Amino acid sequence: MLLVHPVRELGQAIPALVGVVLAGRAMGDAQTWWLGPAGVGVVVAVSVLRWMTTRYRITPEQVQLRTGLVRRKTIATPADRVRSVDVTASALHRVLGLAKVEIGTGGHHRGRGLELDSLTQAQAAALRAELLHRDMAACQDTTRASLRAEPSAVAVPGDHDSELENDTGLDQETELARMDRRWVRFAPFTMSGVLGAAAILGIGSRLVNQSGVTAGDVGPIRGGLDYVERNPIWLDVLQGLAALVVFVTVLSIGGYALSYWGFRLTRHSRGSLHITRGLLTTRDVSIEERRLRGIELAEPLLLRAAHAARLSAVTTGLKSRSGADGGSSMLLPPAPRSVARQVAAAILRDPAPVEVALTAHGPAARRRRFTRALLAASVLIIAAGVAVWRGAAPWLVWAALVSVPAAVMLAEDRYRSLGHAIAGSFLVTRAGSLYRRRDVLQCEAIIGWNVRQTFFQRRAGLARLTATTAAGRQRYAVRDVPLVLALPLAHRAVPGLLDDFLTPAPGTPDLDPAGQPHPHLPLR
Amino acid sequence: MLLRDPVHLVSPRAVPYWTVRALPLWIIVLAAELLWLSSPRDHFFVRVVVPALTVVLAAAHLIVMPRWRFRVHRWEVTSTAVYTQSGWLRQERRIAPLSRVQTVDTERGPLEQLFMLANVTVTTASAAGPLRIHGLDSATAEALVAELTEVTSHSQGDAT
Repeated sequence: MLLVHPVRELGQAIPALVGVVLAGRAMGDAQTWWLGPAGVGVVVAVSVLRWMTTRYRITPEQVQLRTGLVRRKTIATPADRVRSVDVTASALHRVLGLAKVEIGTGGHHRGRGLELDSLTQAQAAALRAELLHRDMAACQDTTRASLRAEPSAVAVPGDHDSELENDTGLDQETELARMDRRWVRFAPFTMSGVLGAAAILGIGSRLVNQSGVTAGDVGPIRGGLDYVERNPIWLDVLQGLAALVVFVTVLSIGGYALSYWGFRLTRHSRGSLHITRGLLTTRDVSIEERRLRGIELAEPLLLRAAHAARLSAVTTGLKSRSGADGGSSMLLPPAPRSVARQVAAAILRDPAPVEVALTAHGPAARRRRFTRALLAASVLIIAAGVAVWRGAAPWLVWAALVSVPAAVMLAEDRYRSLGHAIAGSFLVTRAGSLYRRRDVLQCEAIIGWNVRQTFFQRRAGLARLTATTAAGRQRYAVRDVPLVLALPLAHRAVPGLLDDFLTPAPGTPDLDPAGQPHPHLPLR
Repeated sequence: MLLRDPVHLVSPRAVPYWTVRALPLWIIVLAAELLWLSSPRDHFFVRVVVPALTVVLAAAHLIVMPRWRFRVHRWEVTSTAVYTQSGWLRQERRIAPLSRVQTVDTERGPLEQLFMLANVTVTTASAAGPLRIHGLDSATAEALVAELTEVTSHSQGDAT
């Protein structure tokens, strides 16, 4: 524990330390050589202080964390507000046998929330079990006590047996999904490789600039530049693109392996889901199943081409989709679409929301999609035309004209992705083309509704119906849905909320969709 | 099946309130144009017509927007839910059940106090769900807040 904090703080302070050392050298004085080691010493001292002043306490009612020497901060959370527990262990942690525990509650945190760094791994596992399973244990205790209190016709040995059965039966883990090595083939279709390559190239070029070395002077690079100059430009471009593709692919495969190595998704019979993954930094996320309100099945364009998808959980208390590797709410790494749907059905305990056919949104929505796409394309063409008129290269106009069929295809795909349904006790909505996402949300978790109409949507009779919820992204929208479909949908999903505010359309009898006469409710 | 409008309108003083609130932006734009475009080399078109157009647009906005808003902004509280409607070009209706309301906030800045108005925000457990009622008369706002806090103190749970 004492070792982790200073090492981590040193790592975070390296840019500042490098700056201090360089500043010392720039001043040119021989007496300032001690700045570097002094900086290191200060950082170590501060981190040791921070370790000494961090205390935590767990009682049956509360979890408390107190940090800080100069500025004291105490964070306290009621124990029954804990929704998820995330146990992370970086390589350094694992070498020392430690782990970091992040506790998620239902609120929106500014800052870090409850983070207990550098517990031993046994402590972390015990803490997680206690925080998540205390409610279930409390429920079982009360039921067992009430059973014992009742005069029972069953003989005493039989009672003991059933109690033992309960104990062992409740500690079962069923595996829902496990990493398959063949899924690595989806890695190049994610954006992680491109982002990683951009970051490396950016940092690399800055380093080269600042170190004062001109790249052209170095031997091998000079040889490479000569080779490039000798060849025609199209060959250079082709070779450059091929090299870039290979680089990005290698990076993304490496990133995929690092993030998702050893991935396992299990369901614990005490009512929680566990996700473990990671190669150098292992992550172990536990989600209380009572707080799991739905799933998001996402298909970014590239993954859709490869027939793959990503699965995330909609739950309270976890930061949704933070981080390029999907963050804490990721349930499945990029995997074949059939596997993703199967796991989603297993998690929801109902295949209907994943398989159900969605209601289309009608010709008005299609017209709207086409109008917007063609408007964007025409803006591009006009801009290219103006540029050419002012003297730019004429091929710009041809490039802009290519955008028209692309816009048409995009609009058609975006229209076909739109849809909604109610399946079982879930609201299902889907939208998007470049990033198509099917959101499945428990109807019970919907708090309220927002119905938004822009000026043009009002003319077309469309609206955007948003279900607000405390889980996941906080809002799940049904886009460009005709108002005549939206209101019955909202009424079915959350019966009773809209009753006071709905009126029958003029010209129709006073009936609600189920065919029952609608009682007039008193208004305040 | 239609969603009818909420019953109550906001205070009529909200019309001058919204006008005064939108005024500074137009003044800034106009001042920036006059400063930036006033060099004598520029065309007559740029120096005179553009600021004139801005003045016309500003007048149209300041005359039309507050009155349109006044017709759209409505609110209603029943025994089970809060229902608000707001906007002018882009209109939004929000409904939340009273059992899921977490806080009821009243905001009265200097401009609101000048017109004796208040802005009431009702928040739920969802970050996407706050219901805002802008331009309420102060007395009505106080009564509404008192009633809401009374009703919501009886309910349990916050849907997280």
